[in-house]
Amino acid sequence: MNECAPPKLKASDYKSDLKPVWCSGCGDYHVLLSVTQALAKLKLAPENVAVISGIGCSSRIPAYTNTYGFHTIHGRGLAVATGVKVARPDLTVIAAGGDGDGFSIGGNHFLHACRRNANMTYIVMDNEVYGMTKGQPSPTTDPSWDSALSPGGTGLSPFHPLVIALASGANFIARTFSGDVRGTASIIADAIEHPGFSFIQILSPCVTFRPDQKAWKKRVHKAVVDETDDPARAARRLMSDDGFNTGVLYRGHRKPYGFSCGAEKGDIAEIQKQFEV
Amino acid sequence: MPPNSKNRFVSLAMVGSGGAGVMTSGSMLLEAATKAGLYGLMTRTVGPQIRGGEAAALLRLGNKPVHCVDDIFDIIVAVDWKGAERFAAEVPLGRDSLIITDPAAGDIPEILLASGARVVELPIAALADTIEDGRPNMVILGFVAALIGLSEKPIHKIITKKLAKKGEAAAATSWQAVQAGYLAAKDVTSPVKVSFIESDNAARWLISGNQAAGFGALRGGIRFVAAYPITPATEVLEWMSPNLPKMGGTLVQAEDELASINMIIGASFGGKPSLTATSGPGLSLMMEGIGLAVASETPVVVVNVMRGGPSTGIPTKSEQTDLNIAVYGLHGDAPHIVAAATSVEDCIFTTQWSVHLAEAMQTAVIMLSDQFMGQASAVIDPPANIAFMAQRLVETEPTEDFRRYAVTASGVSPMTLPGTPRGQYTADGLEHNPKGLPSTLMEDHRDQMDKRDRKIAEFNYGDHWADVEGEKDSAFVILTWGSTTNAVREGIERLKDQGINVRLVAMRLLSPAVPAQFDAALDGAKRILVVEQSHSGQFLKLLRANYDMPGEVRSFRRAGPLIIRPGEIVDMIKNWRVQ
Repeated sequence: MNECAPPKLKASDYKSDLKPVWCSGCGDYHVLLSVTQALAKLKLAPENVAVISGIGCSSRIPAYTNTYGFHTIHGRGLAVATGVKVARPDLTVIAAGGDGDGFSIGGNHFLHACRRNANMTYIVMDNEVYGMTKGQPSPTTDPSWDSALSPGGTGLSPFHPLVIALASGANFIARTFSGDVRGTASIIADAIEHPGFSFIQILSPCVTFRPDQKAWKKRVHKAVVDETDDPARAARRLMSDDGFNTGVLYRGHRKPYGFSCGAEKGDIAEIQKQFEV
Repeated sequence: MPPNSKNRFVSLAMVGSGGAGVMTSGSMLLEAATKAGLYGLMTRTVGPQIRGGEAAALLRLGNKPVHCVDDIFDIIVAVDWKGAERFAAEVPLGRDSLIITDPAAGDIPEILLASGARVVELPIAALADTIEDGRPNMVILGFVAALIGLSEKPIHKIITKKLAKKGEAAAATSWQAVQAGYLAAKDVTSPVKVSFIESDNAARWLISGNQAAGFGALRGGIRFVAAYPITPATEVLEWMSPNLPKMGGTLVQAEDELASINMIIGASFGGKPSLTATSGPGLSLMMEGIGLAVASETPVVVVNVMRGGPSTGIPTKSEQTDLNIAVYGLHGDAPHIVAAATSVEDCIFTTQWSVHLAEAMQTAVIMLSDQFMGQASAVIDPPANIAFMAQRLVETEPTEDFRRYAVTASGVSPMTLPGTPRGQYTADGLEHNPKGLPSTLMEDHRDQMDKRDRKIAEFNYGDHWADVEGEKDSAFVILTWGSTTNAVREGIERLKDQGINVRLVAMRLLSPAVPAQFDAALDGAKRILVVEQSHSGQFLKLLRANYDMPGEVRSFRRAGPLIIRPGEIVDMIKNWRVQ
């Protein structure tokens, strides 16, 4: 099926013509660029890639790429992506979405996708806010962040997605900053190539509802220690880091989910014999 | 009781609690009877307990296909009566019926004694104790088999087969217990014997409705299933799990029903015909996902095995009350298909047909079954191999200007599958234009709504929308659906024997409405009886909303778990006739 694909595609060849709904200055533009750069780097034919998302600002990303895509319903991107991957193990499957979509309404799928360890990549563009509904706190929002829905803040400890991913069994865990396009592209490519379930938290500022996040580009820093395959060490680091540590923070060796649809075979006449008395 | 049913059928109940093994006795009796050339139907009634609650295996055996439960039971036998009062109303007895009880087994429920049935005492436990490791459930198996005239040979075969795994000693012990039962029955006058079919060696199938749904799905081309366990639908999934890989498919156990419905949407988007099975609470959770399948035009089949509702309701017992949610549960205007099986055997056909409809129209099909038929085991003649196969309109050579949601005359647009160059598109729950790009334009919304509606409204459903039977000029028509159909069918047969002709219209297609076919089927009807197992009359309301029903309409309905029996249909029609 690849014979029609040109020998080398540029990042821009993976972009669609559709103009994003995102605000000017939104970090998600950079994430889109990183995704397309990663696909170009891996020389994947666009038709062999499926980008699947939930609902929210960042979940608009599938239609902005030139791959197959599914913009599903709120919180269910991972479930749809799992179905695609198990039915079509030949495809490169990327699930994408935001922090509300992935960690709140879709939280259960996040746990079990990590645990199931199907060979796919999950990108969460984390801006610690529900942007599409105009500024409500998400699971990763600071407890004191004031909003109309939760005046004075939620008072709740933020969800720690990387720790949860590790505890749930994700096989590759990374954090990047959207403003570092090349670094993010490189980690996305790495995640796609790593077997099993790869999770990348991309800190992607919301300039409209979280203007304070403009300071993120000064706060992020590369992890000072090398990546680890030891979950205990990874857990200690993830629990104690400042949330702005970027890079591959855990790379595991778990066997990916082993079941998938194969080629058509068998004979229904044989199967029905079990009912004969 | 009409005289003709007695010499053809025998109905019996085996009762016992706390792992007494009456389900095993029932299954063995059913299988042995099948070996002897009979047909049969076994349903079960169980309490909510995981193990150890009250339970009864309810069997009806006969020399022609058995589709429903009779008005009364001929024989009820109890290893013990613990908790039996909780289902005694589901086992009606008559004056000619026989209650077999161990004097040490506790009090017979009052409602059973009130029938005036004859009571025979049998020292079941004591008989079992005469054999080392002998079990009472095997004693009653032999006793009941003797009463109905079933020879020892097929029972011996089944015991040998079933207990092979447990070793020869176990089989020998069980066989001794069965023989003790046979011997004890020698001096008991039986109220009923089955008449056997002579030299019948025809192949038969023993299958449950849930297995039948799984088999129909697999035969129709389903290759991906996402599963979350729920009573009484789990057996559909458990049957499919080991059988899918034999055909190149697979099953994923999902974390919840939200995941199952969305996983099958993903797999179907990937090109594999996909299905999940659930029951009321799970169906409620799946509604948003089903809407996504409708909007994104991704074919999926949801088998919903109905149980008593609302909320957790009565998980182990049957009701026909998920009709409303199946038809109306989606938000927005969301045309989709609701089909319903009419019997254990029809679960094969209707599920396979549902796969065909979903794939042909690129939409969601909700296939309604229910606990009664889903968990009933039936002996059937091998079903015909039907031609319906998953056939999707797929574009394999798209051009650069491919439009996934092109507005077509049929309303069905060719879809590309991932991996196809130039066919890339983004499926979306957002309203979209023909290209698949999000759109808030009135024209796009109207055109896409028209298209999604048209493909379903104008599809040719052929004769499968309903089973229409009986004399065309009879003024009486009974409209029904689901597992109630066969009680109605038998009631109509009995009425015919008494010279009263009644038409049957058992609907397999609940949505969309097919007014032309309906009008033709009801042509000339003057009195219409609508029969359903629903307190509120969901089916009646669906009919009233969609169809013109000529003449006088009456509703015969009640909530589960009490099933509707053929004799009640006979009485309803006869009483109405004299008015």
